[in-house]
Amino acid sequence: MKFDVIFRVAAKILIPYMLVFALYVQFHGDFGPGGGFQAGVIAAAMVIFYAIIFGLKAAQKIFPPRIIELMVPSGVGIFAGAGVLSLLLGENYLNYSPFAQDPAHGQEYGIILIEIGVLVTVSGTMVAIFYSFIGRGR
Amino acid sequence: MVLLTLLAAVTIGIIRIRNLFGVVVLGGIYSFLMASVMIVLDAVDVAMTEASVGAGISMVLMLGTLYLTKTEETVPAHTPLLPLFVAVATGAALVFGTFALPPFGVADTPMNLHVAPYYLGNSIQDTLVPNVVTSVLSSYRGFDTLGETAVIFTAGIAVMLLLKGKRDVKPGPKRRSVRR
Amino acid sequence: MDLLQTIVSHYNHWIIIFLMVSGLYIVVARGNMIKKLVGLGLFQTSVYLLYLSPGKILGGTPPILSPQFTVYSNPLPHVLILTAIVVGVATLALGLALVVRINEAFGTIEEDEIFAGEEDK
Repeated sequence: MKFDVIFRVAAKILIPYMLVFALYVQFHGDFGPGGGFQAGVIAAAMVIFYAIIFGLKAAQKIFPPRIIELMVPSGVGIFAGAGVLSLLLGENYLNYSPFAQDPAHGQEYGIILIEIGVLVTVSGTMVAIFYSFIGRGR
Repeated sequence: MVLLTLLAAVTIGIIRIRNLFGVVVLGGIYSFLMASVMIVLDAVDVAMTEASVGAGISMVLMLGTLYLTKTEETVPAHTPLLPLFVAVATGAALVFGTFALPPFGVADTPMNLHVAPYYLGNSIQDTLVPNVVTSVLSSYRGFDTLGETAVIFTAGIAVMLLLKGKRDVKPGPKRRSVRR
Repeated sequence: MDLLQTIVSHYNHWIIIFLMVSGLYIVVARGNMIKKLVGLGLFQTSVYLLYLSPGKILGGTPPILSPQFTVYSNPLPHVLILTAIVVGVATLALGLALVVRINEAFGTIEEDEIFAGEEDK
């Protein structure tokens, strides 16, 4: 069908920009609206868009379900691990002050670290839920 | 505001329409209008989350469910007079209660006077982050975010447990068979 | 114009109550499970508005600190509602997965038909 070509070309142009936009929202969450949750959902939307246009098998070849299932608990692990790291460095749980030379910079590094954890979990969960729903009807 | 009236109109559409595909699309329109209302209320982080989550992921999941259940219309029900009466009575009681609330947009209500000026004043010198919502979410109240991430993780695990096994092709009397 | 001032200052509270009540009505009165879940989402979003609208200060800006503004809207409700939105979508996904399994076990997602089928046994 002719419309098929339009969707494929548009998808090939749009998908890299969606990934870049997701990473932009993630890392500029300190200076404008954004943060881990929004970036995770936009990254998951990129994978879902690819799966809708090119088919589930092609999407699962590029984003394998095994790696997505591994992403789901590792984000929570990064988050909790940041807390344990600050316990090992002598402060309370989830107090990011000892991560750098003075407390303010330590807090900033801690915020960046846990936002990465949130991004990994949210995007992994959304893609895993999508794979479960669509993989059921086969 | 005009946006709030549009929200009410879309809600009436969601109640009355029977075709489920139309209900899902109206839900997406509703989420988009809700994100616009939130921007007018100066909540930009929340608007971005509501737009991406409500008009994106939840519409995709509902369309996926419609694909799996193959149902398109609801059947007409018996006249729901008792729920209508309960809903209207609850609404009237709540409207009676709103006359005691402070008017919209005033700056000296109790909720704006205790903790919020501390966060607005000390966010830069404690965390070097200008976005106060991010610094409160990740640093001042980081435990809540840890709990929220755990909730998302649990939901993902639960959906995978429910939907990943092999599909029982025959509905009907339940056979207790071991999956996988 | 006391009535006009009352309407202007409380209009968004009344719209919020209308959304809340209609969400409640959909959950209680309709039998289709997917529509019930949509009604539950409607109820949840009305509660988000209920928390966000008292936080707005007329003449303020979004709570991103910058040297050229002095009055900011209250950032605390934004944090709570951000968490609530994400938890809401997690429960919606779980509810939809349960609807899919109910459809496979009973063959229908209408509440009346499921109850009628259970009574016959």
